Amino acid sequence: MTGLLIPALLLGVSALALGRRVDVYSALLDGGRSGLELVKSILPSLVMLLTAVELLRVSGAADALTRLLAPLSTVLGIPAETLPLLLIRPLSGSAALAVGADLMAAHGPDSPVGRTAAILLGSTETTFYTVSVYFSAAGIRKTRYAVPAALLADLTAFLAASLTARWL
Amino acid sequence: MVMSYVWVFLLALSLFCGLLNDAPDLGRAAMAGAARAVELGLGLAGSLVLWSGFGTLLERSGLQRGLARLLSPLLGRLFPTARRDPEAMGALCGNVTANLLGLGSAATPLGIRAVCRMQALSRTETATDEMCRLIVMNTASIQLLPTTVAALRGQLGAEAPFDILPAVWLTSALSVTAGLTAAAVLRRWWA
Repeated sequence: MTGLLIPALLLGVSALALGRRVDVYSALLDGGRSGLELVKSILPSLVMLLTAVELLRVSGAADALTRLLAPLSTVLGIPAETLPLLLIRPLSGSAALAVGADLMAAHGPDSPVGRTAAILLGSTETTFYTVSVYFSAAGIRKTRYAVPAALLADLTAFLAASLTARWL
Repeated sequence: MVMSYVWVFLLALSLFCGLLNDAPDLGRAAMAGAARAVELGLGLAGSLVLWSGFGTLLERSGLQRGLARLLSPLLGRLFPTARRDPEAMGALCGNVTANLLGLGSAATPLGIRAVCRMQALSRTETATDEMCRLIVMNTASIQLLPTTVAALRGQLGAEAPFDILPAVWLTSALSVTAGLTAAAVLRRWWA
């Protein structure tokens, strides 16, 4: 199903835009250039964090952390391997991407751990970054309950991701 | 700044555990990790370019504006004060639809414009309930096509990279609902 969804979506939007006399191909190229900028901006951060992740694994620290967090993960009913992702997700988008990519590569993208990581990455944002960018731009000093409410949403996403990874 | 502490902590932890575990070759591991990151990043580049192009097409075709108009009655209920101000409402609807369509680079400036306009209306340095609601809707990320993650899955050999869509939609819906509910409850404690 999803194998046809993507090309159908590309065709549908392109045809509709062409019908409205939009220069479809230029739009794709202009947007594509900004995609290249995106690659350039996340690559250094991917390098630093995957270096750190590799060090954690080879040194045995990753195993120790997983063992340490195992009781917590049993209580929450989620794979222990994904807990580091929960910690890093609200702090840094590219760090979360690196940790998620590492989980998917190590356990397989279609394994429960890999799917949980993917669903979590797809359904959450970099909470602290968003809060600080929006509020500092508008000159808001007292953020009230914005951070706790947003973090609660992140935690919910995490619990839901491990469930939907198994059932959907 | 937070990431600097995270970085130092991760390195210190690795070195400490390495010493406990008979000092494996961590120098080699560092090089391997860095090399793998470039492989991954360049592997993702194709998809990121394709979907960024598609995003710009969504903007120029007017589909994003159409969706914003469609959602505006629903959003008006969540943002009763902003609804009375066309500028705030326009930015707000644009922000939510840009997020839905995965147009990250368009969503942020629109969201900032919405919060700035809301601040101009409230004239305080304290976040209003509606600002907090907008923040929760942005951090909970309701995205119809999580293209970056799908690209990552494709790159790592997933059978159907986009088959996580229903799970992502349900998870996002649950987390936005939880965030908005939490906001509705918590506002009583923050006068």
